[in-house]
Amino acid sequence: MSKTGLGKMILKIIVMVIILFVILGPLFGVVLWSFAMKWYWPHPIPQEMGLKYWSEVFHRGRVLDSILLSLEIACIVVGLSLIIASPAAYGFSRYRLPFEKILLVLFLMPQAFPQLPIFINIAAIFSHYHLTGNMWGIIFVHTMASLVFSVWIITATFRAIPEELEQVALNLGASRLRTFFTITLPLAVPGLIASAIFVFLWSMGEFTGAFFIGAPFIQTAPVMMYTAAMGYNMQTASVVALILMAPAIIFMVVIEKYLKAEYIAGLGG
Amino acid sequence: MATVVTKGLKKFYGDVHALDDVSLDIEEGTLLAVIGPSGSGKTTLLRSIAGFVKLDAGKIYLDGEDITHVPPEKRNISMFFQNYALWPHMTVYNNIAYGLRLRKYNKNEIAEKIRWVLQLLDIEGLEDRKPSQLSGGQQQRIALARAIVVEPKVLLLDEPLSNLDAKIRLRIRFEIKALQQKLRLTTLYVTHDQEEALSIADKVAIMHNGKILQIGDPQEIYTKPATLFVADFVGTNNVIEKKGYVRDGVKFVNLGKLVLQAPPNVDVNKVNIVFRADEVEIERRNEEIPGYDYRFDGTISGKLYMGFKFRYEVTVDDENKDIKVIVNSDKDFSIGDKIGVFLKKDKVFIF
Ligand SMILES: Nc1ncnc2c1ncn2[C@@H]1O[C@H](COP(=O)(O)OP(=O)(O)O)[C@@H](O)[C@H]1O
Ligand SMILES: [Mg+2]
Repeated sequence: MSKTGLGKMILKIIVMVIILFVILGPLFGVVLWSFAMKWYWPHPIPQEMGLKYWSEVFHRGRVLDSILLSLEIACIVVGLSLIIASPAAYGFSRYRLPFEKILLVLFLMPQAFPQLPIFINIAAIFSHYHLTGNMWGIIFVHTMASLVFSVWIITATFRAIPEELEQVALNLGASRLRTFFTITLPLAVPGLIASAIFVFLWSMGEFTGAFFIGAPFIQTAPVMMYTAAMGYNMQTASVVALILMAPAIIFMVVIEKYLKAEYIAGLGG
Repeated sequence: MATVVTKGLKKFYGDVHALDDVSLDIEEGTLLAVIGPSGSGKTTLLRSIAGFVKLDAGKIYLDGEDITHVPPEKRNISMFFQNYALWPHMTVYNNIAYGLRLRKYNKNEIAEKIRWVLQLLDIEGLEDRKPSQLSGGQQQRIALARAIVVEPKVLLLDEPLSNLDAKIRLRIRFEIKALQQKLRLTTLYVTHDQEEALSIADKVAIMHNGKILQIGDPQEIYTKPATLFVADFVGTNNVIEKKGYVRDGVKFVNLGKLVLQAPPNVDVNKVNIVFRADEVEIERRNEEIPGYDYRFDGTISGKLYMGFKFRYEVTVDDENKDIKVIVNSDKDFSIGDKIGVFLKKDKVFIF
């Protein structure tokens, strides 16, 4: 092996170790915590392990409810976000809209300020309209905030679709609507899926908004996790954390397996 | 009757005159080729006829009907896009069937028509493939099939051969011509390749900076170019710019010992002498060739072997020592040989 080869190899190993330490280290702790029955300092591993907290999560109403609530909110937010973002993104990508800059700034607004004061204000406003303490307030806030990245991602997707592909359809006699649904939308599927995944994961993990608008009547999974950890119930918090990670891992596998082969190859041609 | 008539089409993009007063007719069942260098407005012309350009002025008629403001989907004019624009998410079959389904044919009729067009273009067996699994030549044919299978009133072709290898290009050129004649398709064919245009067109239009400079049948364009640009653009040409002079009210220009009379409308300070490398003959200095009208002398200063011919660079014996011309000949000379260059009167253009 040459000198540079060896150097590269060592560098690679160091980088891998750091990655393992940074990502898998905490993860390992969380996994251990989720099975721990008794774990007192300074023992490196729990003295007693068991499935009690896992089974509790799936049986006891409060924790399971929070996870189901988060799932429900995330799914509705994904749907609304796609329905609102797609036409807007199409407009941005194809037409010179009169107030394009202003509209774009409006979409980007929610990310431009510190979250905490915004959400406290929103909570105050929402309470007038009976949007606090229930699911719809959270859905509203999540949808608005998620438009920032869904409009962004989907606009880029539409821009990448050559206009000529639509013009051929018009040229052959298709209406604009039909062209959109048979040509543009199918070609945008990878971007729509990417956007949906992103919004889904973000909504599942969002804490601040869900906390201020949902509290104290409803608890999403992240809020549940937070309160559990605050009450030194590390086990319940760890189990919820692991469950919240599941979708991300599932999506990663799905993207790797299907999106690449089917669409990315097809779009290249 | 002319199927397509355009009258005074104008389209400006800022200062760029993409179309500048373009008027032309395409007779039913004929092929009109528009040639011009890149950026001359050819694609803009096609896109206007297809309905994708908002014109600044002018009218377009199809079968006598004003279609200037008819949206593209209602025109029944098929356009072949320069880079094919096949839909990557559909199979070849579905790409071709798209226009047929819109025309409400039933399943069997669609299958029948697709079989017919695939056979016509010699691309059977590709139905289930995706465009990304096809070669450039196959993609080109699928795009052509998709355009003609709907039996359009007019076919617009935007540089259909420009993305193909030189070898296939020549073959497909003849196939497109045969296809167009067989189906009697009214066709507007756009290209930057003058040889391609002259060989397949019924009529040729030369375009430059958004203007049509000349329209005529291919021979007419080749033998009677109306402007310097047309003469220079068609064929492999020598363009010599010289200062002329006036004697007894007649304009002249000299090339070595050769005295040429220039038409009355030229600018004497800037006379252009144009002739084609293939339409001159050369011989040793002390010999003559009968049947030629003009002669000037020169020295061979460069030589290329072209396979079937030699290509010579000849430095002209003129008071301006920098004048060099290109001559193709099958005679074998060496660099430094003193020769005479012979021309025919109607093969020399002076602008
Ligand atoms: N959509 C457009 N916006 C701005 N300029 C354009 C547009 N389309 C064409 N042009 C300009 O118009 C001129 C003619 O273009 P085009 O019709 O594509 O020429 P050709 O097909 O002969 O190469 C070019 O100078 C080009 O830059
Ligand atoms: Mg072009």
